[in-house]
Amino acid sequence: MTLEAEDLHKVAHLARLTLDPQVIDDYSQAIGNILELVDEMQAIDTQGVLPMAHPMDATQRLRSDEVTEEVDRDQLQNQAPATEQGLYLVPRVVE
Amino acid sequence: MQWEAVIGLEVHVQLATESKIFSGASTRFGAEPNSQACVIDLGMPGVLPVLNEKAVEMAVMFGLAVNSEIPQRSTFERKNYFYPDLPKGYQTSQMEEPIVGPGYLDIPVGESESKRIRIHHAHLEEDAGKSLHEDFHGMTGVDLNRAGTPLLEIVSEPDMNSAKEAVAYLRGIHSIVTYLGISDGNMAEGSLRCDANVSVRPKGQEKLGTRCEIKNVNSFRFVEKAINHEIERQIELIEDGGRVVQETRLYDPDEDETRSMRTKEEANDYRYFPCPDLLPVELDEAYIQHLKEGLPELPEQKRERFTSQLGLSEYDAQVLSASRPLADYFDRVAELSGDAKLAANWVTGEFSAQLNRENLDIAQAPLAPEQLAGLLKRLLDETINGKAAKQVFAALWAGEGHTADDIIEAKGLKQVTDTGAIEAIIDEVLANNQPQVDQYKAAEPDKRGKMIGFFVGQVMKASKGTANPQAVNQLLKDKLDQA
Repeated sequence: MTLEAEDLHKVAHLARLTLDPQVIDDYSQAIGNILELVDEMQAIDTQGVLPMAHPMDATQRLRSDEVTEEVDRDQLQNQAPATEQGLYLVPRVVE
Repeated sequence: MQWEAVIGLEVHVQLATESKIFSGASTRFGAEPNSQACVIDLGMPGVLPVLNEKAVEMAVMFGLAVNSEIPQRSTFERKNYFYPDLPKGYQTSQMEEPIVGPGYLDIPVGESESKRIRIHHAHLEEDAGKSLHEDFHGMTGVDLNRAGTPLLEIVSEPDMNSAKEAVAYLRGIHSIVTYLGISDGNMAEGSLRCDANVSVRPKGQEKLGTRCEIKNVNSFRFVEKAINHEIERQIELIEDGGRVVQETRLYDPDEDETRSMRTKEEANDYRYFPCPDLLPVELDEAYIQHLKEGLPELPEQKRERFTSQLGLSEYDAQVLSASRPLADYFDRVAELSGDAKLAANWVTGEFSAQLNRENLDIAQAPLAPEQLAGLLKRLLDETINGKAAKQVFAALWAGEGHTADDIIEAKGLKQVTDTGAIEAIIDEVLANNQPQVDQYKAAEPDKRGKMIGFFVGQVMKASKGTANPQAVNQLLKDKLDQA
């Protein structure tokens, strides 16, 4: 099974990835192979099987509700391209 | 054509934890921008979320309060979308196995009826940051302090048919979360936010119409206005031959209208998948039972107790149980004064009116329940009459004395019940108003009831309001009718 080029463009767009036109065929084939594998698995009867939420057979550890993190804003904002008045600046987002 | 609106609400409740849902950063409101966004909230490489036990506890408490099933296992998913106030590129949320299963909430409709609104589920998730679109040299400023604040999203079934019902439901949720103490419920600060899914269909039709989601409704008043507006917009659109398009709309309270925000296909492809950083949460029966036993008395139980045990009217019970501070205040006044009905009259009447006039919250009331109860006791043992009680109340409110007794003493408001003293005043009044006395005596008996008011007024005035009105009435009647 191959993935339609249109679907590939759609998922690439959702993930904000630019696709080189040359790789489209290869990618369609590769991702299509994965989907084929999924299709094969879909054929298995899973009636009564609890879906696996995580490959590790363990449960979530909880932490107590305490403030433990110190925030060094200056150090963290050193890595940002632009900040002002403590805010991270990003290209304008207009809704 | 008759139309019927169908409404479902998604309510986001900010949980009142000290720290964030997956990190140990503080959740305090109003801090310096980005001073509470730690490496985990910022989604730095290599960090690992660890779930806050208090957030789990609060979610389960809510579930128990709305009669929900609490599944033993619950899991987290990633909801993927790009926006600058979501640094990780996904919101950690729940979809397949939310922490709170189906439940319901009964809301009051009309005078004494109620309607059951089903809750589809409630799930835990993290809040995003805030984007500030004011001008930063043509850029947008991002404050990530709110990123990672725990939210409980409560999703109703589309069981509401009017804006009024939606508001009643929202009020119900608000009072439950504040009763439980799991949220401060402050809508102005965004602790409780609401999205409404609204559609219309011809009355009697089974099939649902196309719905629109209205965002940004952040007060009870706006919820009602925004929904009413949206219902009208959809009906007009269809009656004019148009078609409702499924979309997200933003409510603008200044213009009182909703506006299209974005079209569907762009936005809602969130590609949920299980979060590999978080393991399934398992809750055992003992844990759930323990929380169940620790639940406080809830609004509905209070309402029930107020009517059946304290004999209050359905309406008073409804008003008094709506907020926990008010209910607690009333409970205390009722207990200390020993008369629940009188306490209800004063707390819903004079006391609430004064709070409203001064735009105060109950926590800011200058009058403690002990003080109000002290006043009511003097009313009950007839030390003062109703008129004097209002004066004492005003004086207590203004801080002119600490107890009702101090004020009664200082202002000489003690009621005169001594028959001899009242009779003396009556004799004087009758002597000074001979023409009215003659008129009274000449009148038909059925007219006299009305005429006696004049004499009562004169006697009360002569006693400076301290005479016992019942005694005055009785003595006046005796004197006028016998003579």
